[in-house]
Amino acid sequence: MVVLTTALALAGCEGALSTVDPAGPAARTIAQIWWVMLMGAVAIFALVMALVALAFRARAPVDETRHERLWVVKLGIAFPVVVLLALLAYGLAAGERLLPRQGADVVRVGAEARRSAWAFSYADVAGLRTDHVLHIPAGRPVDVAITSTDVIHSFWAPRLAGKIDAIPGHVNILRIEADAPGVYAGRSAEFSGVGYDDFAFTVVAHDPASWERFIRSGTP
Amino acid sequence: MNTLHRHRRLTEIWSSETGARGLFSTVNHTDLGRMFLAVSFFFFLVGGVLAMLIRAQLATPHSAFAGPEIYNQIFTMHGTIMMFLFAIPTFEGLAMYLLPKMLGTRDLAFPRLSAYGFWCYVFGGMMLLVSMVLGIAPDGGWFMYPPLTGPIYSPGINTDFWLIGITFVEISAIAAAVEITVSILKYRAPGMSLDKMPIFAWYALVTALMILTGFPPLILGSILLELERAFGLPFFQAEFGGDSLLWQHLFWLFGHPEVYIIFLPAAGVISTILPVMCRTTLLGYAWIVASATGLAFLSFGIWVHHMFTTGIPHMGLAFFSAASTLVAVPTGVQLFAWIGTMWKGRPSLRMPMLHLLGFFFTFVIGGLTGVMVAVVPFDWQAHDTAFITAHLHYVLFGGFVFPILAGLYYWMPHVSGRARFFRLGELAFALVFIGFHVTFLAMHWVGLLGQRRRISTYLPEDGWTTVNLISSIGSFVLAIGIAMVIVDLVLHAFTARRSRRDPWQAGTLEWAMMTPPPAYNFASLPHVDSRQPLADDPELTLRLARGEGYLSEPEQGWRESLTVEVATGKPDFHIIYPTNTRLPILMAAVTGVFFVSLLLKFYWTVPLAVVGVTILAWRWAWSLGRTTDLPPRSIGRGLTLPNATQVSRSPSWWGSALLLTANATFFGSLLFGFAFLWTVAPSWPPPAWLTSSAPELALGVIGAGLGVVSIRRAARANRKGQDARPWLGLTFVAALGVAAAAGGVILRAPTPGDHAYGATLLVLGSYALFHALLAALMIAFLTARVVKGFTSPSRQAEFPVVTLWVDYQAGASTLILVVAHLPGLLA
Repeated sequence: MVVLTTALALAGCEGALSTVDPAGPAARTIAQIWWVMLMGAVAIFALVMALVALAFRARAPVDETRHERLWVVKLGIAFPVVVLLALLAYGLAAGERLLPRQGADVVRVGAEARRSAWAFSYADVAGLRTDHVLHIPAGRPVDVAITSTDVIHSFWAPRLAGKIDAIPGHVNILRIEADAPGVYAGRSAEFSGVGYDDFAFTVVAHDPASWERFIRSGTP
Repeated sequence: MNTLHRHRRLTEIWSSETGARGLFSTVNHTDLGRMFLAVSFFFFLVGGVLAMLIRAQLATPHSAFAGPEIYNQIFTMHGTIMMFLFAIPTFEGLAMYLLPKMLGTRDLAFPRLSAYGFWCYVFGGMMLLVSMVLGIAPDGGWFMYPPLTGPIYSPGINTDFWLIGITFVEISAIAAAVEITVSILKYRAPGMSLDKMPIFAWYALVTALMILTGFPPLILGSILLELERAFGLPFFQAEFGGDSLLWQHLFWLFGHPEVYIIFLPAAGVISTILPVMCRTTLLGYAWIVASATGLAFLSFGIWVHHMFTTGIPHMGLAFFSAASTLVAVPTGVQLFAWIGTMWKGRPSLRMPMLHLLGFFFTFVIGGLTGVMVAVVPFDWQAHDTAFITAHLHYVLFGGFVFPILAGLYYWMPHVSGRARFFRLGELAFALVFIGFHVTFLAMHWVGLLGQRRRISTYLPEDGWTTVNLISSIGSFVLAIGIAMVIVDLVLHAFTARRSRRDPWQAGTLEWAMMTPPPAYNFASLPHVDSRQPLADDPELTLRLARGEGYLSEPEQGWRESLTVEVATGKPDFHIIYPTNTRLPILMAAVTGVFFVSLLLKFYWTVPLAVVGVTILAWRWAWSLGRTTDLPPRSIGRGLTLPNATQVSRSPSWWGSALLLTANATFFGSLLFGFAFLWTVAPSWPPPAWLTSSAPELALGVIGAGLGVVSIRRAARANRKGQDARPWLGLTFVAALGVAAAAGGVILRAPTPGDHAYGATLLVLGSYALFHALLAALMIAFLTARVVKGFTSPSRQAEFPVVTLWVDYQAGASTLILVVAHLPGLLA
């Protein structure tokens, strides 16, 4: 039964743009945060609803002061504070791990958005520019330097990592990484007017050999 | 005077004109509250129809129902209407209708201001409706992010409708907030100290103060963006020293408090109704007041959680993440206090209680997903997906619509004097509840599967088809539920079964009157000793009608009331209200000419409208006051009170102080914007600073200082019975000096179209100039009042009001001049 439910749940997670079907460390961390929070939320929701339902039982009159201490101080203050502190620490630590940090094997690429197209550039290949498709090596951290030349956009490859905005005049860095070679869907995730619906890009993750070839020849 | 005679006399004094004419000239809070609620409910239906169109569009993949051009208008208007034309006005209407009744008095502080706000709301709302009917509605999203909404990427008039129309509507929010704050602080029944106020009044007070400090950043943002669009001042264009992020900061500085501005009144409704439904009193009154206040403060510290993906450093985000999760604490206090109230009493499933249970179920889910998105890494995935759409609807529908529906069923017998006859409400509740959760619960999941917000269509292979179809079906069930609520209301209006008085056995004062309520509310004002005056004394209603309270003997056809000391509730002044007038609707119409002229770029009618508003405002203020001193008024029970024109802290002073609080927030946001551009925007420093001019700076600063001194000398001269006019003349000259210095900044600023620095100087200089001229106008008005005999050593109330404005003008202009001249001086 448990196995079946889990299998069904996992099957429902799949999708080219699914955040709960992670294909890289950042997306995996965040998906894990989601499942932890979901379980916690369901438990808290059940508790609160049970308290609401139990209020309809007939019962003896209560002592107002003690009652107030229980409901306001213990349940209203102490309970959320404990839960939130734990969650905050957990989220903060995870967020720190996702930040772009210096490292020997970090690959640097640029992403420049303009309405309905992304142009990608590569620190390793001077002068190379690819439109709509970003090439990265699989299994290595990639820092994407993101900006925009017209309105605000957002760089989002859901199976690899979270999103960050492309803002005119600013450059934001997002760390992405793909576990395995493959093709990953990306979307611009900030409303940009007509054309927003299919404002998409793809991330192609290469195995080491194919990445070497790409860097040398500039073609995949 | 017997009970019936008193009723007739008071009705004659307080009634609005009969028939349709009364709509346009009424200043009565019961009328205006009902009108506000009716119009806001109308907009709720319009917004609801738009929501149906969105769900029809998204029901299936490859939808060809509406193209993106139209679809963008639909979702932009859905959000805009629900936020600005439904939620906020519903609070305003509810507060206007209820507050004087709950506080045991006869009207709000500034009846004509209520009417002016109402008409600004109606006219501004009509502008947006017209844009929608013509197919040129705003289409940049309700959050209007530039550069998308800037002149380059949205050249059409659509965005201008939003910026100008919403600013127009916001006049009503600011007006109502001033009105509500002064009313709660000063216009209460004798004896009602702050700790004896009905809990709804506390919530309304906190909400109104939040509107005063939350709306100005958005008003500023709208003005700056409109200046960029109309005159090319580049506040949000990175290559000219602007920054599109400035808009996001200003917008969310408003936008997040806005969420609590919507939730807190609803929480006030819950705190009022729930104990009655449970036949008990509210648990933890003081805790609830403290947590509502705490929530208000916290809500101003968390706007950045809408900007987690804009590239702000992670440690900065951590602070806002902590603040955002912290919000769950005061919310938790209120939630558990409510559940504790249920445990304390004996809850019964009467009609309003059903919607309160709907609130608990829905809002708790919305709160939990809210905590989730406050966790930064998760938000990087969830941001701008359907998960957020689902979350915000759980919060707003759960935290606002369910409580308001509960309030609707609870106070309907009060408004109509009738009891519900057909049991349609229960069925309507079931449909609304089921429909809502079917629509939105699974929407969380498609969000996680990658469905972005605001897309107009999607592909079958995206895998979102089933969930979207279910969601759309649910939305139609929800719509049928809302339609049944309307049918229930219509039946209620046509079936005449009298409700008994106080049908829910509530203890608050709004039930201590006949229903529907008379124009004057209370034939005599109660003396309040507890939070449940009506529960303590079930005979109270009759005793007040018999004239056993204060101000039971009408005099000279005056609409009379009294004010109290803020904290203690001890009566302090006697009030005579203005009566029915068309001045508010006229002034709102001329204000509308101002905004429409800007919209259509008929710039030659703008000054005409400004002159028109000035003349009307002059008449507005002129018609108050008197040319003879009034003797202290005996209000009954051996008390006498001085008239409010003969004191130094009159209601007008309070109103001005609060309006200036909003104004100071606006000014603070402007300075923040300047500092933000200077430090964060690319393309700084600007090519050239303003060349500093010592004479100009000196003129302005000396003018400001002189004004502050001389207005005080004028007030003192008046108090001593001397001639105040020379001092007023000096203040006038001083204000003109400030105006000249501000004019210098405007004229000498580097070309505003070239760099955001010059543009900012232009706005700062204009702000100083406007306030200097406004102060000069007020001094001219006061001089005219002195000449015509409206002041005397005891009729002194107008001097402190003008002093406030002169002081504010002096402080703000000095700051502006220093900020403008300093960089040039240092360079």
